[in-house]
Amino acid sequence: MNDLYRPRLVTIRKTVIENEARDIKTFELVFLEQKDREKFKFDCGQFAMLSVPGAGESPIGIASSPLDDEYLHFTVKRYSTGVVTTALHGLEEESQIGVRGPYGNFYPLKAMQDKNILIVGGGFAFTTLRSTIRYLLHDKNRSRFKDITVFYGARSPGELIYKSELKEWEKRGDVNMYVTVDRGEESWKGRVGLVPNVLKEAAPSSENSMALVCGPPIMLKYTMPPLLDLGFSPERIITSMERRMSCGIGKCGRCNIASKFVCKDGPVFTYKELRDLPEAAV
Amino acid sequence: MKEKIIKKEQIGSWLEGLGKDYEIWAPVKKKGLVHFHHIESTKEIHFDFLNSKKTPKDLFFPQSEVLFSFAKEEVETTPQKARIIFAIRPCDAKSLALLDQVFDSEDYQDPYYVQRREGTLLLGMACTHPQRSCFCTSVKGGPFEKAHLDLLMADLGDGRYFVEALTERGEDLMEKDDSLQDPQKEERGKLAKVKEEAEKKVKSKLAMEGLEKKLDEIFDSSFWDRVHQKCLGCGICTYLCSTCHCFALLDEKDKCGVQRVRSWDSCMFPEFTLEASGHNPRISNRERMRQRVMHKFNYFVKRYGETACVGCGRCIQNCPVNMDIREIIEEIENERPLPS
Repeated sequence: MNDLYRPRLVTIRKTVIENEARDIKTFELVFLEQKDREKFKFDCGQFAMLSVPGAGESPIGIASSPLDDEYLHFTVKRYSTGVVTTALHGLEEESQIGVRGPYGNFYPLKAMQDKNILIVGGGFAFTTLRSTIRYLLHDKNRSRFKDITVFYGARSPGELIYKSELKEWEKRGDVNMYVTVDRGEESWKGRVGLVPNVLKEAAPSSENSMALVCGPPIMLKYTMPPLLDLGFSPERIITSMERRMSCGIGKCGRCNIASKFVCKDGPVFTYKELRDLPEAAV
Repeated sequence: MKEKIIKKEQIGSWLEGLGKDYEIWAPVKKKGLVHFHHIESTKEIHFDFLNSKKTPKDLFFPQSEVLFSFAKEEVETTPQKARIIFAIRPCDAKSLALLDQVFDSEDYQDPYYVQRREGTLLLGMACTHPQRSCFCTSVKGGPFEKAHLDLLMADLGDGRYFVEALTERGEDLMEKDDSLQDPQKEERGKLAKVKEEAEKKVKSKLAMEGLEKKLDEIFDSSFWDRVHQKCLGCGICTYLCSTCHCFALLDEKDKCGVQRVRSWDSCMFPEFTLEASGHNPRISNRERMRQRVMHKFNYFVKRYGETACVGCGRCIQNCPVNMDIREIIEEIENERPLPS
């Protein structure tokens, strides 16, 4: 009966350092008990609470696809002021941690069916979008969606995450990739430019389209106007929010943006919903 | 439902009889403060109280509790004896019904809270001496309000109490003592009189209608720049509030292992929303004060259809700088909405 706040145990099977600054790491987790994995049914866009006993819990978006049924991926940025993220980064492979969830709502995959999908991501806020791209591009799913276009940017080439996957996607013929960096380097042969500008230039069609946008607040701020100009209505621009959380289930009272709890009513909101929330500041 | 008359001197033996099956919690005065304590003898009960300093919500949602330990698979829970809270005030009973909305919601039931709540009977004591800081009648309550209680007792002022059962469980408790008399016309008359007098003593009358909407309109108003100025951000208003329920989950580590602890938290503290990145969406006292008021009188109303305030006045009595939520509400009502 006391399961509500008790995390399930998982082993860190593998870790991948994602960036040059070495503060973004992907954790591949497997449940100790198979039944826990079976119970952990999630959709793209949801999050879970990661527990490091002794340090505490943090809400982290699920970066693997629901179809990756053997493991879960979480990509975590370490902050020197973050107790849990620092503790997580300090753990060796084969260590045990806890997972509680999945929580929150998810991207509207049903409504996205038979539509062109535009995905716009920035920095390390690309995790649940990566879950979504993996899901959309899966053999089982690809034919259910029309054109898929991905814009993804980071400050510098070294800060792009999921690099090997980005390369794989770029090789595919069924997804349009626009990978960009704010500042190039000598060895960088790719695009240079801020995400909103690259988006403006490429001007993807909004016809029969939906846009999923996830990134730092400054990127969101400058991405919404060009999307509106391209003809995306606020209902068809979907984004995901973050706030400090303790419970993840709408009780502890801290993650609200005005009357909405990010943990329960979100983290996924339409731009229309957010514009109507006074505290959202997007 | 049944009604009885009980003499003050009978209460002890009645409760002691009930004490065989129940743990009795009652107002007890210790070091000058009245709190609800588990009592061994009814002699400990402090009858002559206005209300407890702290709310009895911590009997259901303790200020700090261990949820589980990482070392063991299951928490050892000793089956709790059913409890009676004797002389809980109607406002505090109402606050529990509001907390039920949060902790016993349709999607996630908090087992710690729900178990305590289901195992506890509420024996209310009507308020015959509402205080100057009371405003229960403005928030759909009243000094003799029966809602959410199992039984309501009212001091008739002559050494006798009028007892009304409000649930079957309450009626069972009343039937445990067969020496209780049935009320006559005289006692009913007295009850009506003390009730009327008590209601008259609740002088604060706030116009709550339209407050929720008004708050939507003034979210960005300069009103919030002004209203928080003297607030120290100490959070006492939230700790002593009977409806505040925000909490933090924290780990405590010692030689024996790690325990996950739940503790009350407060929206008045900067750390409440401070993120690991250093970003804080409620950066100053202005945003935090607004959050407290909005949560009680707007967000909670939107989500659960009720105001998260029972008018107990504890935040008014205990604020070190005399902030008064009634004045804030009045000011909000007089505030002109921003041109849209």
